[in-house]
Order: sequence, then structure tokens, then C-alpha cells
Amino acid sequence: MSDAATTPRHRELGLTDDEAARIPELIGREPTDPELVMFSLMWSEHCSYKHSKLLLGGLPTSGPGVLQGPGENAGLVDVGDGLAVAFKIESHNHPSAVEPFEGAATGVGGIVRDVLAMGARPIALLDALRFGSLESARSRHLFTQAVAGIAHYGNCIGVPTVGGEIGFDDCYEESCLVNAMCVGVVGHDRTLSAAGRGPGNAVVLIGNRTGRDGIGGASVLASAELDAGQDLRPSVQVSDPFTERKLIDCCLALAEDDLLVSLQDLGAAGLTSASSEMAAKGGVGLDLDLDKIPLREPLEAAEILVSESQERMLAVVEPADVDRVLEVCRRWELEAEAIGAVTDSGRLVARHRGEVVADLPARALADDAPAYSVPIDPAPPSEELDLAAVPEPADLGRAWLGLLRDPNLGSPRWIYQRYDHLVGANTVVRPGGDAAVVRLPGSDRAIAVATDGTERHCQVDPRAGGAAAVLDAARNVACTGARPIGATDCLNFGNPEKGATGWRLREVIAGMADALDALGIAVVSGNVSLYNESRERIVHPTPIVGVVGVLEHSEQRVGHAFAHEGETVLLIGYGEPRLDASAYLGSARGRPPAPDPARERALVDTLTSAAADGLMSSAHDVSDGGVAVALTESAIAGGVGATLEIAPGRRADEDLFGEGGGRVLVSATPDDADRLEAMLPDGLGVIARGRVGGDEVVIARGSERTSIRLDDAAAAYEAALPEALA
Amino acid sequence: MTVAVVRFPGSLDHESAARAVRQAGGEPVEAWHADASLPPDTEAVVIPGGFSYGDHLRPGAIASRSAVMADVARHAERGGRVLGICNGFQVLCEAGLLPGALRTNAALSFVCRQVELEISDRSTQWTGGERGPERLSIPVKNHDGAWFGDPDRARVMLRYVDDPLGSTDRVAGVANDGGNVLGLMPHPEEACDPLLGSTDGRHLFAGLLGRAA
Repeated sequence: MSDAATTPRHRELGLTDDEAARIPELIGREPTDPELVMFSLMWSEHCSYKHSKLLLGGLPTSGPGVLQGPGENAGLVDVGDGLAVAFKIESHNHPSAVEPFEGAATGVGGIVRDVLAMGARPIALLDALRFGSLESARSRHLFTQAVAGIAHYGNCIGVPTVGGEIGFDDCYEESCLVNAMCVGVVGHDRTLSAAGRGPGNAVVLIGNRTGRDGIGGASVLASAELDAGQDLRPSVQVSDPFTERKLIDCCLALAEDDLLVSLQDLGAAGLTSASSEMAAKGGVGLDLDLDKIPLREPLEAAEILVSESQERMLAVVEPADVDRVLEVCRRWELEAEAIGAVTDSGRLVARHRGEVVADLPARALADDAPAYSVPIDPAPPSEELDLAAVPEPADLGRAWLGLLRDPNLGSPRWIYQRYDHLVGANTVVRPGGDAAVVRLPGSDRAIAVATDGTERHCQVDPRAGGAAAVLDAARNVACTGARPIGATDCLNFGNPEKGATGWRLREVIAGMADALDALGIAVVSGNVSLYNESRERIVHPTPIVGVVGVLEHSEQRVGHAFAHEGETVLLIGYGEPRLDASAYLGSARGRPPAPDPARERALVDTLTSAAADGLMSSAHDVSDGGVAVALTESAIAGGVGATLEIAPGRRADEDLFGEGGGRVLVSATPDDADRLEAMLPDGLGVIARGRVGGDEVVIARGSERTSIRLDDAAAAYEAALPEALA
Repeated sequence: MTVAVVRFPGSLDHESAARAVRQAGGEPVEAWHADASLPPDTEAVVIPGGFSYGDHLRPGAIASRSAVMADVARHAERGGRVLGICNGFQVLCEAGLLPGALRTNAALSFVCRQVELEISDRSTQWTGGERGPERLSIPVKNHDGAWFGDPDRARVMLRYVDDPLGSTDRVAGVANDGGNVLGLMPHPEEACDPLLGSTDGRHLFAGLLGRAA
């Protein structure tokens, strides 16, 4: 702050000179200071996507079943029976790097309110996490605190945390990723929108008092690189999950009684963002009286306008209903105040202590942020992997156990046991497998949901890696028997203004679009998190894709555990294992084979048909760690060994631990296995066969037999995370 | 049979508990925390799990002093059945209706997993008496679920086969002297449906209604 006297105010707030010059052109005069602060936040990367929105256009966002694409607080997709699911994934990376407990906790709170704003009842949470290697004390701290924050918040609000995934890599050492996804359910005729409507209607602020927390926080934090030593702690918001739970109960009660015209969450940039988006979406104006807002401490007008205090919602209510709304809020012991009115001016007007402190066209804030094209400089193609330079393990069994003991591949139990993944009594497939399955309250239907990220693949081949992220998540969902119906994505990248990041972003999006088109599903919501880099390093391009699928009957769900001794094991799908960019290699090197979206679609369709016909006792995706790890996971989950016979390829370690293609390990009765085989369309085949049974996990590669004892495997698998954290 | 399911701000499992009551043949009715009395014709009470009042002060401490709890105490004194699950168990201990207290888990973290319970006292209808099962498989999920007290001066009903929480003498659930008030940390309402992996929780809801599962 020592150079505050010499630095122009707009630059202090993070606006460029060109951006600052654009504001008077839009509003016809110089902005007031509160107005400048409002613009600086609304035009930040976090709120405006100014460096990514030109690239995002390539993603499919509509299609059969899509009731609401991007643009609202969350997307909406039909699930049948007159029900829709609302879902979205969002990052809270930068706050979590500064204060992991509160950063991760408030990330959960924010995404839950996004789903709530659609009128939906939140029924499932997932968290995709990336941290530096657990050999680093700092990463151990960030990881354990982020998990504790998610547990603290998610458990207390009564929404089951049913899934997600985890990865540890040095590239995340200074820039951890914390992405939270929420799914909610709502009747088609009960959905809400954030679009403000009806001049003369009242604007009611519900929930926590407004304080100085997170002033400029999310927006400024999330829009610049973090440098070591910077103390940004006061910028991180503080969580209050008890109030969030009351907000959920209260908003659902208000929606049920038809008392809400529209509903909006207060997230990044607080009231400024919530109100300008409400006005811009509805083509109306809002007049706000800042003196009516319950404050936790004395605040200036600009602070009230941009405070990021958590657990607040903004509602538009018909004047005749205001008293009833306030009464329902009191019943839930929540503060609520009518703080303004909808107008037909199209302007966002804020009064404070008798003066107009802001009077802006709402669209200028919400829609007129600049859009920048980013440099598209391709990274050089990655070099072919020299297999001869990868040392071949002397003892394959030892290498196998070593992989199971790797925190990237071992059991996530240490994490999900800290989360209430059962609350609601609807979790019919619990965490630890391919996707969680949650029964829809009051329906026989269920949803399956999974997140996936493919950062090593994206680093060496962003287009194929982007496709793989979508396809992996869809395959995970299909392994439970569910038919994928929609996707949400969080694109975690470095600074797009430098290097090859812009090109990688474009390529990942193109690959995702190819895969989504092949699957016939759309991205209905999402988030972009840029500037995930430090002076030392840039994160791998990390698209986290969440896919939601539907099961028409909950009891058709399939788990990943081998169920019965003597059953047949089939490895079905396509593709050959490769060590390029694999978890076994542990680094982003080589040229992994690109996935084939058309064959992936066929595989997804085969799995969902087989589940509907009740043919599969288990199904498990072959992903990180290859077929050896997948076989072991199904065996451990079922408490029974298995043997798989595979055809020898180039090298034993590649055959066992290689990744690539779309391969699924299925178990079934011998008769059902025959039926399943007969169902396989052109392009898919049975790659390997085996049998459930015994107390060993065995892979026979021609005459060469590698085995590990099931109890040794389980011990290594369960020890992976606890040992790395000890 | 009318079963009051008490709801506080922060209750989470009231709907699952009501579903389990209905499945057992009872008629669940919501009892609002601020009301001075239980709903008319209440014959049994469930205090479900959750984070009433956000666990502020101590889990269950604020809820135990809410208006409706005075009537729950009168209902218990009259010999009416009360089932407290997880946070409901904490509320009943805080209210003095059950002995002991619930402390933070030994692991200092939330624990969510399936547990095996052995029925220590098979003399009551709660678990179907002597003809009822000897063990139950039910999930546990809490942060402050380690029962602390004197097992010799409490009517211990349920013990963990392998205690993940660090309770005194593996105690998972206790009753009052009369046997009509039962509190347990595991969640029987999460184990009433084959789709969820276990139906053992049905015994406790049948017991609440005074019949066998």
C-alpha cells in the first residue's frame, strides 16, 4: 500500500487502463468510487470469464432433456417422472490455497446455494481435489485441512458427500485445486430462476449478516497468480454451515409455498453480482437501500456492495407476500429484510445514508465485461515414450503392491469416511467405486454421478485428454448401469495470457466437445479457474468433468465389487494398454492413444443395456493403474480373489499397469457373460477373460503368472493414504 | 400409532426417521422444537440425527433446553417410548433423560461407516426381546459419538463389536432404568431398506411401536 498515492485507483482494483477507460463510455460519466469497485469485481476473470468466454462457445450446451443450460446458477436436466436434476461444479482453488479449511468449506457452501437457487433440493456433493505430493509437509497440511473443511460443512448441512476424486502431483504444490459439485432435484413445475421479474416487486435479502469478510476476495484472489509470502488471509470468507442448513430448509419452504418470484445466491462479488445478474437476466432494474441491510460491523457503501459474507440469498417477492416470507424466515431463525424493489429502469441503483452511491446499467456490469482473445501458441508435440528407458521391474508383484500403496491409486476411504455419505438414506452405491448412486427422494429412480480429470493426458495431448475426461466420467457413470444425461465442467488452468495455456484451453475444450457430441449430452453448467500457477510452476491443464446419469429403477444399480465365487470375469471394450502419461509412469510423458468417442458411446450403451437386463454382478472401469489395479479393487471390495488371463503385448508392466482405450472389467454368471458377449457391437470385444475366486489376485499373461495375496493387496490399498499422511 | 418426530433447526435425519416409522406401521408427525407440547395423541417419540443448532456450545446442549423437550420429558416419565438417534442421543443425555455424555471421537474426526452392534440387553422389546437378533449391522456417522459414563450404572443396550469411536466399554446405546427411553449413536433409519445394504434398523423402529419386526 506504500505506493497507493502514485498508483491509480483502477489499477489498485485490478482494472487495466483500457478497461477503466471503457467504463465512462458505457455509463456516460466518470464512475463513483463504489461504482469503480463494482466494475473491478464484475469484470474480474472470476466473474466475467473475460479470458475464456470466447473459447467456451464450442461446447454443446443444449439437447434433448436439457431444461436449462449455462447462464443460470446451475443447469437443469430432465430425469423422468416429472423430475429434473440441477447440478454444477465450481472451483474454490485460490481461497483453499490461502486458508484450506475455510476455503474448501465455503466452496461447498457456494455450490449448494447455486443448486438451491434453482429451487432444487441438494441431494449429493462431490469434491475433486488436486494437491502437491504428500511428501511435502505443506501439501499434507493443505490436503488434510481441505478435507476437514469439506467434512465440517457438508456433514453439518445434511447433504451426502458421495464422491469425487483425488490426485497428488508436484505441479499442484503451490496451486492446489478444490472443485466442488452439487446435484439437486426439483419437479419440472417447481424450478426457480435468478431472473428478476415484475417492477414493483420487493427484493429480500435472507441469511447471514453482511460483514467485511471476503471483500474483493474470491474475485481478486481467483484472478491473479498467488505468490508465496503474500498474506491474503483476510480475503477468505468464513463458513457457517448451520445457517446454510437453515437457508436450505427456509428456501425450500418458501418455494413450496409459491412465495418466490426469483432466487439468487450471493457468491463472488456479493450483492453487486447477485443484483446486477438478477436485473440483467430479467431485463429489469433494482433499487437497493443499503441502510436496510443487516450488518455485522459498520461498513462503507462499497464494502456492503461487494462483501462476500457467506450464506446469503437474494429473493424477488411479490409485495403482498413479503410479510409471509419474513415470517417463514423468522420460523427458521434467519434474518431477512426487504432491501429494495424491482424497477423497469434496467439500472442497478444503490442508496446509502440518503445518497445515491451507485446508479449503473445492470447489463454494463453483468454482460459488458471485455472479452479477450488469448494467445494460441501450440506447445511442441510431446516426444514418443522410449519404453527402453523405463526400467522394467524385477518383481512385478512388488511393483503391483507398490502401486496399490500409492496415494494416487490407493483407497480413498481415509477421505470418504470423514464425510457423511449416507444422510438422507438414499445412497444406494456408496463412495469408493466408479460412481455413487443416489435414489431420488420419493421416486424409484436414481442418479449416478462421478467426476473425472485427466491432467497428465491433457498435458501431453490436450485435445485427446479433454475428450478422455468426459469419456472417463461417462464410463464411470455407465459402470453403475446409469445412462449419462448431462455434464458440468470446471476448467483449471494456468495464466492464459502466457505460454501455451491459451492453446491448451482451446484444445481441451475441443476434445471435450467431440466426446460430448458422441455421447449426445450437453454441458449445462460450469466454471473456469485460471491463473493456477506460481513463479515455480503451472498446473497441468486439469478439466474436471462431472457427469450425471439416470437409472430408471434403483435396484438395477451395479457396484464394482466381485460378488460371487465362480463367476466369469470379462474385460470388455477396446484399446491397448500404454504406459504413456500413465499413473505407473507417474509423469506427463509420451503419447497416450487418443480415445475413440464413437466406440466409447457404444460401450456406455452396452453397459446400460446390460444393467437394465440384470446381466452384470459388477462392473469397474480400468483407469489409473491399469487392469491390475482395477482387478484388485473389485476383488478387495468383494472380499474374494480373481484370476484374469490376458494376451501378452509389448511388455509385462505395460500389460498390467498400462492405460488407454475404454476398458471395463465385468463379472457375471457364465450364462449372463455369454449373453453380454453376444450384445457387444462392432468395435468392442472381449479383451480378456477370467474367473472370480480364491484368495489371490492373479494375472496370467500367457504362461507367465503374476499374483498377489488378497489380504496383502487390501492392506497395501488401505494403507496408502494413512501412511502418506503419518 | 402416532409417532412424534422432533425437528430442531439443524435436524437432518427427520425425513429418513419418519420414513422408517411409516414403514414400521406408525404414523409420523412432525414435532416442532418451539412448541410447548408434543402433537396430540403422540404415543412414541423419535429425536432424529443432525446438527441441531449447529452443535454450538456442545452437541445437543441447546436443543435439550428447547420448549418441546419439556413435554418429551413428561412423555418419558409417563413411560412413553422415546428413541434418540445420534444427535437425538446427545440431546437426551444433555436433557438428563439418559445417563452419560457423548465426547469427541478418539480419532478427532467425523466417522461414517457400517458397524456391527451386539445387543447387550435382550430383555426389552426394543430389539425384539429374546427372540430378536443378537447382532445388528447399522451405519454410524458422527463427530462426537464416543459415549462416556459408568457402564455399571447405565442400562447398556448396545455395544460395538469393534468400536470405531472410542466409547467407554464399547457402549453404542443406553436406555433409562425404565427401559422406555433408548439412545444410540448408530443410525437405524439408514438400515431399513435392502437397497441400502441392511434392514437391521427395522427392529428398533418396530420396538418403538412395541411390536416385533
